[in-house]
Amino acid sequence: MSIFTRGFSGRGRDDNPALPPGQYLTEDFPVLSAGPTPNVETDTWEFTITTETGTVHRWNWEQLMALPAEDVHTDIHCVTRWSKLGTTWRGVSLDTLFADVETEYDYVMEHSYGGYTTNAPYEDLRDGKAWIVFEFDGEPLDPEHGGPARLIVPHLYFWKSAKWIKGLTMMKDDDPGFWEQNGYHIYGDPWQEQRYW
Amino acid sequence: MGTVASTHAETPTGRSIWIDVPEWPGNIAGQHVDVRLTAPDGYQATRSYSLASSGAMPRLQLAVDRLPDGEVSPYLVDDLQAGDMLELRGPLGGWFVWKQEQTAPVQLIAGGSGVVPLVAMIRAHTTSGSTAPMRLLYSVRTPADRFFADELEELDDVTYAYTRSGPADAVIGRLTKERLAASVLPVGAAVFVCGPTGFVEAVASWLVDLGHNPAMIKTERFGGA
Repeated sequence: MSIFTRGFSGRGRDDNPALPPGQYLTEDFPVLSAGPTPNVETDTWEFTITTETGTVHRWNWEQLMALPAEDVHTDIHCVTRWSKLGTTWRGVSLDTLFADVETEYDYVMEHSYGGYTTNAPYEDLRDGKAWIVFEFDGEPLDPEHGGPARLIVPHLYFWKSAKWIKGLTMMKDDDPGFWEQNGYHIYGDPWQEQRYW
Repeated sequence: MGTVASTHAETPTGRSIWIDVPEWPGNIAGQHVDVRLTAPDGYQATRSYSLASSGAMPRLQLAVDRLPDGEVSPYLVDDLQAGDMLELRGPLGGWFVWKQEQTAPVQLIAGGSGVVPLVAMIRAHTTSGSTAPMRLLYSVRTPADRFFADELEELDDVTYAYTRSGPADAVIGRLTKERLAASVLPVGAAVFVCGPTGFVEAVASWLVDLGHNPAMIKTERFGGA
């Protein structure tokens, strides 16, 4: 049985195959943060990857800037239903940062300045699927959008792309981060509409 | 699935809507629902709307502001009628909520239709008999742009910031850090800020400048940047 809403006809737009189910296209760039925007200075900025042995791999801003960076062209999808197609970023692939990291664990917790966390499987952050980016659309990344540097993991809903990235810790189990504890899906695949619990 | 019980014009572009939802599990103040509209050809559009109501009653209240290029809001504000069925999912959201167990003083700060989840908190606070101080600072263009104006007029702890025009004795103009400082509860209060993203961004950063702990400030934003 199809339920339809009396009197609603929609804008009759063409279905855009680049849009995952339930998403609509936006031309602007919404900001949806749970709290105030943290103020992070590059001269004190540090990014760490911590493994189960307690080994900490560290980069300061200069070290990050010295790593090979690439331009990233991708679509992004927010769980609140907006999608932005063809966004451009510049950053360092997580493959570069994970190159010397030894770990047996399969999950990662992303930590942001300001306290935000989000979890992801390790394999979802490797093989060209994730970057630490510091530029959006050719300009330094705005603090509202996660500047000076954020993670992007475009194949998952964008809450998995931690803004103001501070570090990654390896985890044995897929422990839930902030939004995952507050009603959102543990994995977040937009193509399967994995929004909520 | 809910049935629209009644609608009420709140502002020139906004409306509140009471919906009967027989199996509603109840919601906490601050939560929202996803409303899904389906066209005869199967096309669907879903958007989230905060609830102005809370508790277990099987009747919910939403309030919607019509966005100029919106897809769902024009239908909800202009076309929806009492007796219509509406597909809802919820309650959703576990972060931007207030519960009566929270004893800290509460400062609510709203821009435009951002007042909706904060009204839910005010109602829950009143119903619970909580003695925690609760204050609302409400920024809107003009008095006619206030959602739930009559209800808010009955309350003592509401301050309005009118940005375009207002009563003769009001200060008119965009909210400033100084006016914010003069209107809000002291550091230590739990703060909820809701509204367009530019408004929330400015207010949240001023609050931090004024000494409020970022961890005590919860924000809900809509709109682009």
